[in-house]
Amino acid sequence: MKQSLFQITENVKLTESIYRMRLSGDTSAITAPGTFVNIKLEGLFLRRPISVNDYDDNSLTIIYKVVGKGTEQMSKMQSGTLDILTGLGNGYNTDLSGENPVLIGGGVGVPPLYNLAKKLIAQGKSVSVILGFNTKAEIFYEEEFKALGCNVQVTTVDGSYGIKGFVTNAMEGMNYTYTYCCGPEPMLKAIFKASNTSGQYSFEERMGCGFGACMGCSCKTVTGYKRICKEGPVLEKEEILWEI
Amino acid sequence: MGNLKVNLCGIELDNPIIPASGTFGFGYEFAELYDINILGTFSFKGTTKDPRFGNPTPRIAECSSGMINAVGLQNPGVEKVISQELPKLAKCFNKKVMANVSGFSVEDYAYTCERLDKIDQVGWLEVNVSCPNVHGGGMSFGTDPAAAAEVTRAVKAVTTKPVIVKLSPNVTDIVAIAKACEEAGADGISLINTMLGMRIDLRTRKPVIANKMGGFSGKAIFPVAVRMVYQVAQAVSIPVIGMGGVSCAEDVIEMMLAGATAVEIGAQNLVDPYACKTIIEDLPKVMEKYRIENLSDIIGGVK
Repeated sequence: MKQSLFQITENVKLTESIYRMRLSGDTSAITAPGTFVNIKLEGLFLRRPISVNDYDDNSLTIIYKVVGKGTEQMSKMQSGTLDILTGLGNGYNTDLSGENPVLIGGGVGVPPLYNLAKKLIAQGKSVSVILGFNTKAEIFYEEEFKALGCNVQVTTVDGSYGIKGFVTNAMEGMNYTYTYCCGPEPMLKAIFKASNTSGQYSFEERMGCGFGACMGCSCKTVTGYKRICKEGPVLEKEEILWEI
Repeated sequence: MGNLKVNLCGIELDNPIIPASGTFGFGYEFAELYDINILGTFSFKGTTKDPRFGNPTPRIAECSSGMINAVGLQNPGVEKVISQELPKLAKCFNKKVMANVSGFSVEDYAYTCERLDKIDQVGWLEVNVSCPNVHGGGMSFGTDPAAAAEVTRAVKAVTTKPVIVKLSPNVTDIVAIAKACEEAGADGISLINTMLGMRIDLRTRKPVIANKMGGFSGKAIFPVAVRMVYQVAQAVSIPVIGMGGVSCAEDVIEMMLAGATAVEIGAQNLVDPYACKTIIEDLPKVMEKYRIENLSDIIGGVK
């Protein structure tokens, strides 16, 4: 974990409620795809945890959905600096993927899969991606995943684009060695049931600190209590205990 | 440079800064960021006789200048704290630590305190009486002078280390409770614990927190904390630890003027993990500004 100041270099609207912010700063604490950062915003008490979409030695990209005061404030920033805690959470482990992993994202769960796909492709793996949205207007990053060389399928609940239905409809008949996913909990649960491989599932929870101090985001797992912010947000399939 | 040392119940602290229980874990998350030996001490995560998972999530809600938490005393239980957490802490903290203890019966408190009293690393026992008394109709021990005194007496009977009773602000007369604890043998009083609060999500019309209500803390509660520390410090002759919304060196001085011998920092650690380090570094400058040579001289110095 590291606390440092980042400079906003870009902040663009991708869909009606989804924005992408690029920042420059010290990313040395970010060591894996699927980790997150925690952002201090003017006038708000708690920091706002956002997943890392992509990073390199001195730049960070986050993609976020405007859902409340914090993200609304972020959406209006065109320049300036942000106080950010980086290198939070465990992230995805790419060693377990096998040769043909499938990456499944739903809505604002899509962003962290981007750097994961990049890493897996760099390791010579053949990566399939399923992106699930409610409707055509909400789709983002289909082209970006294709540009990395992924085999991309898009599903929409209303059938306005791609496969009609849920991400699990796209999983039917697909061959893959491992499952990585991020999205709303009902989606994760549906993938858990539909998937015939092991996998890693990224969870979301309201957090106090984001670095393991307050126990605000604890969950129960097969291997004991875990903090979503510290031992998570990524849990292995075999350790997940569903409470819903 | 001014002198930051204070004496807390017979143990000298290098400075009065103490991260509050529940905001600092068992120290090692923060030891990754800075040498936590610069702290006066810290109060470790509230420990109970048996392991506890705590409340369902969401446990956290944002508020104006503060937050609500309803963690529900998640902790691994006193035996694991002694066998796993404290040896791990010993690797990054060489000072005496404050053991924060909670219980759901008088016997629970006595048992857990007796176990921790035997541990050399522990310097003080901070007894959180804000928990519900399961044998007393679920009412918090800390809302009734007689119940708070009963817990104090039971803990004092089985321990040798200084016992500091941590009081809830959610009461009609906090002075009566502080006095009852002093009469029952408490060596110190710490206050305030969080204030009972609630938030409702306008979209779902449900409480934000799964437990519906939780403890409100952060900058917003500072004036209430200063007032209660002042009232209690005026009424008792044992040391008082002030806490509640403290977020900078000036707040520390204000708490001490109100009557605090030492000051705990809580919610601020969660949003600024360097908060205590910054406060310790800023204190000499702020002392100089207000012409304070010995920090201990200003305790209760409000005119």
